[in-house]
Amino acid sequence: MKAVIELRDVRLAYGAHVVLNGITFSVHRGETLCVLGGSGVGKSTILKLILCLESMDSGSVTVLGHDLCSAGRSEIFQVRQRMGMVFQGSALFDSLPIFDNVAFALFEHTDLPLETIRERVREALAFVDLDFERVGEMLPSELSGGMKKRVAIARAIVHQPEILLFDEPTSGLDPITTRKIDTLIVKLRQGLGVSSIVVTHDMQSACRIANRVALLQAGDIIFMGTPQQMLAAENPYIREYLE
Amino acid sequence: MPASDLSPLRLLDRALKSAAYRVQKYFDLLGRVLVSSVSRPFYGRDLTQQMDTIGVGSIGIVALTGLFTGMVLALQSSVEMRQFGATIYIGRLVGASIVRELGPVLTALMVTGRAGSGMAAQLGAMRITEQIDALETLGVDPVRKLVAPRFLAALIVLPMLTVVTDVIAVLGGLLIAVVKLDLTATLYMRSVYQALADTGFIFRFIPIDLVQGLVKPFVFGGIMALTSCYYGLNARGGTEGVGRAATHAVVTSSILILTTDYLLTQLLIALLVE
Repeated sequence: MKAVIELRDVRLAYGAHVVLNGITFSVHRGETLCVLGGSGVGKSTILKLILCLESMDSGSVTVLGHDLCSAGRSEIFQVRQRMGMVFQGSALFDSLPIFDNVAFALFEHTDLPLETIRERVREALAFVDLDFERVGEMLPSELSGGMKKRVAIARAIVHQPEILLFDEPTSGLDPITTRKIDTLIVKLRQGLGVSSIVVTHDMQSACRIANRVALLQAGDIIFMGTPQQMLAAENPYIREYLE
Repeated sequence: MPASDLSPLRLLDRALKSAAYRVQKYFDLLGRVLVSSVSRPFYGRDLTQQMDTIGVGSIGIVALTGLFTGMVLALQSSVEMRQFGATIYIGRLVGASIVRELGPVLTALMVTGRAGSGMAAQLGAMRITEQIDALETLGVDPVRKLVAPRFLAALIVLPMLTVVTDVIAVLGGLLIAVVKLDLTATLYMRSVYQALADTGFIFRFIPIDLVQGLVKPFVFGGIMALTSCYYGLNARGGTEGVGRAATHAVVTSSILILTTDYLLTQLLIALLVE
């Protein structure tokens, strides 16, 4: 299988604090990789490196065949248009109504007529179980946390990206909404065939959505395998993490 | 931190490097804004919206500033000028000082306080809540989408707002001249015109003072928008960081405006007057 994301020996430190100590992994087409680990171990930083929102000290990041370390600004923006990101806090544009939030990428990068854009937004919102007629004109501040997360997913998928990145998509949500979001992530993989990296603390979520999981500790990946393999692992840190 | 890292020389070295890095980032932002302002895609709707926010939204505050500055200027100078029987020159004094200096500088400072702090706070909040990262991940350059429209809007509206301040300040002076100093409106206005005519004209009909007074706000607008956006984009550390960004934006913009005013005045006098 072809790797759509590949990180090789990526190192990053903030002064004396080493965040990533030479991590290497790849994600294949149609695969969901969950990155697990305690707080502050650099899980979200990995997503930022993949999106080139942060620069690393050494190593390489290749996304969809583009080496982002040597890419220029316009090439990076082009690669980003083929990706979608769901932020931990949803990061919806608070001055824009939901329709404009979801349609943002279509308005920016396509010449589609307004009616087609409305239809695409309607489909994306329906995919995340939201009613366009009900929420389309609402502002993000009028939505609950779970609804914001779902709108963020709709915004990330509306332009049909090949890669989706999720930063703690279920943090702060109740178990029912968490399961709904998990189901959506699986639906995205099965329905649209997108490759995903999901950063999470939640092992139960990881078991539901991931093909593979990676466990990060002190800047290193100490485990990479299927969720079942991780559940059966005997490494003391993994046992402690799971319990 | 190890003791060797706290030596005065090491701290000075670090502070200088950090300052140089910030200056480099500031000018890098300026370069990117200039390129974004003259190349596609162009965010016309955002530009109009910003012109409305900065321009229309600031009319009230600059009008009030102009009115009271003109009135105070006329009132204060009348105390001294009356002793020499020179109150007929009040118009000259108000006209020259407002159009050359006070109009551009006070307008820029007031707009910085009102719109500049708003820009820094808005962009800072967007940075803290990852909305700027979201823009980037959607393949949109935040400098092009957020900074360039604010920069261009400030360049366009600051001279216009300065004209508003100038006119209202002159009218404020007129009010005092007529009501308190018993001058006629014609005498006062002729005196104002005389002040502007004294330094000469460009193309025979544009007073040099007016050119000076309109070049300055153009530059001040750029400084205010760029500095405010710079602090907003680089905000860190939650809501406290947003507040800090707004404060730094206003303080730094004001200092830069006052410093640039001196340098620009020197330059414009050398170019236009001498």
